[in-house]
Amino acid sequence: MGRHEKPHETIGNMSNFSVGFRAEAHIRILDLKGELDAHTVSELEAALQKCREDKNHHIIVNGEHLQYISSAGLGVFMAYIEEMREAGGDIKIAGLQANVFNIFDLLGFPLLFDIVEAEEEAIRKFDADRNEKNDS
Amino acid sequence: MPESAHSLSIPSAAQHLGKVRRFVEKHAREARLGEEAIAHIKMAVDEACANIIEHAYDDARQKISVLVRVDSERFTVCIRDQGRSFHPESWSKPNLFRIAESRRGGGLGVQIMRSLMDQVEYSTQGDTNEVRLTKFRCGEPGRNGGKTA
Repeated sequence: MGRHEKPHETIGNMSNFSVGFRAEAHIRILDLKGELDAHTVSELEAALQKCREDKNHHIIVNGEHLQYISSAGLGVFMAYIEEMREAGGDIKIAGLQANVFNIFDLLGFPLLFDIVEAEEEAIRKFDADRNEKNDS
Repeated sequence: MPESAHSLSIPSAAQHLGKVRRFVEKHAREARLGEEAIAHIKMAVDEACANIIEHAYDDARQKISVLVRVDSERFTVCIRDQGRSFHPESWSKPNLFRIAESRRGGGLGVQIMRSLMDQVEYSTQGDTNEVRLTKFRCGEPGRNGGKTA
């Protein structure tokens, strides 16, 4: 099975927002789709909670199909980032559309989060981090 | 451009935020605002309503009214509630790193409104609170850097 042909599980579809799960070796990839606001944010929280329960601390958020994000959605990333890093992982954000990236940028999120253009770049960074740890 | 006004009332529940965004977007498009301005207004109005839902009201049956006013100079959205008042003088710019350290999201809504709009003004008359969000249509004659009044 190819690198991006893993089974795609989706939870939550009560509104115009969904989170899809993929696994890539030790990395969990969350595919966000639709509009993330104070109503739909509980689905993202549930997804990150599931990652925590499964002890998946290496997370890529793929925002290629994320059309909108409000502060409620941004706040969830902030609530989890320290925990993931303390556990040796990270939340890397990839593939944001320009209008969504502009909101992250406006608030200074690139100072706090690793935001990259493509999911593959985030995977390479996780792989590089892992190799570095194994070498040391 | 002739002046126009449009109003919408929603219950104080987050499930209605999408409806508010679509309402504001529709009238901003009719007013021929640019894509960036439309996106900014939608988000600022979403944040204002979400703050009311979270902080001003306790009951989802209470109402939030959204009034759009358009004229040749500005696109204004007034959002009114009869809940607890927000005191802008008590607001300070959030520190992202401190929020992350606290492991609690939140506190970014007012900053977003101030960053995206040309004016953000709060007022209370009687039991009604109003936040007035203004985007100047062109040349931004009264732009004040998004200061909160």
